[in-house]
Amino acid sequence: MSVNDIRIIGIGIHKFGRHAGVSGLEMAAAAASSALKDAAVTWRDVDFAVGGSDAAGNADTLVSVLGLSGVPFINVRNGCATGGSALITADAMLRTGSANLALVVGFDKHPPGAFNPSPEDWGLGDWYGKTGMMLTTQFFAMKIQRYMGEHGISSATLAKVAAKAFHNGALNPNAWRRKPLSEAEILASAMVNPPLTQYMFCSPGEGAVALVLSRRARGRVDLSRPSVLLRSVALRSRRFGSFEVFSPSIPIESAPSPTTDAAAAAFELAGIGPEDVDVVQLQDTESGAEIMHLAETGLCQHGEQEKLIADGATAIGGRLPVNTDGGCIANGEPIGASGLRQVHEVVLQLRAAAGARQVPGRPKVGFTHVYGAPGVSACAVLSR
Amino acid sequence: MNANEMTPIAEGLFVIADGLPCLLGSHCASCGTIAFPMQATCQKCTSTDVGARPLARRGTLWSWTVQFFPPKSPPYAAARADQFEPYGVGYVELPGEVRVEARLTEADPDLLRIGMPMELALIPAPGDEPGLVTYAFRPVIEPAEDVDERE
Repeated sequence: MSVNDIRIIGIGIHKFGRHAGVSGLEMAAAAASSALKDAAVTWRDVDFAVGGSDAAGNADTLVSVLGLSGVPFINVRNGCATGGSALITADAMLRTGSANLALVVGFDKHPPGAFNPSPEDWGLGDWYGKTGMMLTTQFFAMKIQRYMGEHGISSATLAKVAAKAFHNGALNPNAWRRKPLSEAEILASAMVNPPLTQYMFCSPGEGAVALVLSRRARGRVDLSRPSVLLRSVALRSRRFGSFEVFSPSIPIESAPSPTTDAAAAAFELAGIGPEDVDVVQLQDTESGAEIMHLAETGLCQHGEQEKLIADGATAIGGRLPVNTDGGCIANGEPIGASGLRQVHEVVLQLRAAAGARQVPGRPKVGFTHVYGAPGVSACAVLSR
Repeated sequence: MNANEMTPIAEGLFVIADGLPCLLGSHCASCGTIAFPMQATCQKCTSTDVGARPLARRGTLWSWTVQFFPPKSPPYAAARADQFEPYGVGYVELPGEVRVEARLTEADPDLLRIGMPMELALIPAPGDEPGLVTYAFRPVIEPAEDVDERE
């Protein structure tokens, strides 16, 4: 083990869902305390902190709860890649030796219903929102609509992805949606944006996750628990030609998505290939996203998903388990917390501590991926 | 609706000439990239040698969906959820130019398919402002050249 190894030595989560009367910052404080306890370190030991939310306040406000230790604390706010951006910041600080022990925290609290962003915040005229095009759900529907025709994906496969999410969510005590739903129920739920029905979509929600990262072995020495290494993190924005959220027009020429770019960079940095991955967390804003991201990240070929999913390869007992904690579909999407939830889940899986949803066969390598508006993706590779 | 009584939802998106709407895009003199709406800088090559260009009125449907739930207002202009009617949204590929996102005049999923010919139209903009119009694409009804001015 090299001195440059970055370990994730502590993880903490505040249950996802709806928590009336509990602020996003309170959830973040709870997650941070759990992560510090899990790492067997104290807040005073932390010499760098970074975190953020999209809509629930400033992460560095946590010092008023955790203690005014004078620690350098950076707030990040980077849409769906907020967690990934916090993680890459901590990773860089640790790898350069600028910090030894870092806390990374992500949290959010969104009102019910689809997001209603302001066009102005996204560099668009009011007309775009007024005419009813400022909806992320439409983008995902149109992307999978096109993809289904090009790559032979059926509506039944969309339903299978959501059914798997609810099945896995039912096994996860921290998930929001814990009731299994059948493919028939998912297909029969209200049509939201064809080809996607209500139960194929995740909902904006609430929750918080914190991680403690260390540049060297410290804290609790627990030989029964394998160390989890953060092998790489990569973040990319969109290139000219990729099809992205909130685009009044797209060029006819096409380019790889930020997901493809970020995944390739993360695998290269880690020196690990997609074929080595044992457990995966992918952005599943809706079931089509999980299907497309499987191929965009290089975990399978475009068009291979129909058979892979029919064969159960992405189920917990399958060859390539995806979204073992229920993903965004069963956990909801508190934007700031979502990317770190994926890392939390992979750490649990690599520790073989995921309980009823544990991937069999002692997984060694995990992969996480987030994607969001206006075309940003963050990926990470972890191993034990 | 008479063209004289129409107010575009925003300036610079489209013009109405001889009763027919036309989207205004931009053309990069350096690399030829076409964008909509007009951009001051080319997103591909970053040149600022970019000028206005009217876009083709016809194209083919590249992808589509239908908005079945009332969007939140703001940013949506129509606040009365009880008066909401589902509407189509799609990307229309204007051959050799660009794919434009637009409202569709058709909201029946059974009547929309990728690759179908579409043409530009104006529709009343959501909300209560009389005469306010926005652009949309409608399926081309054969014969393709038959444009009914009385619509």
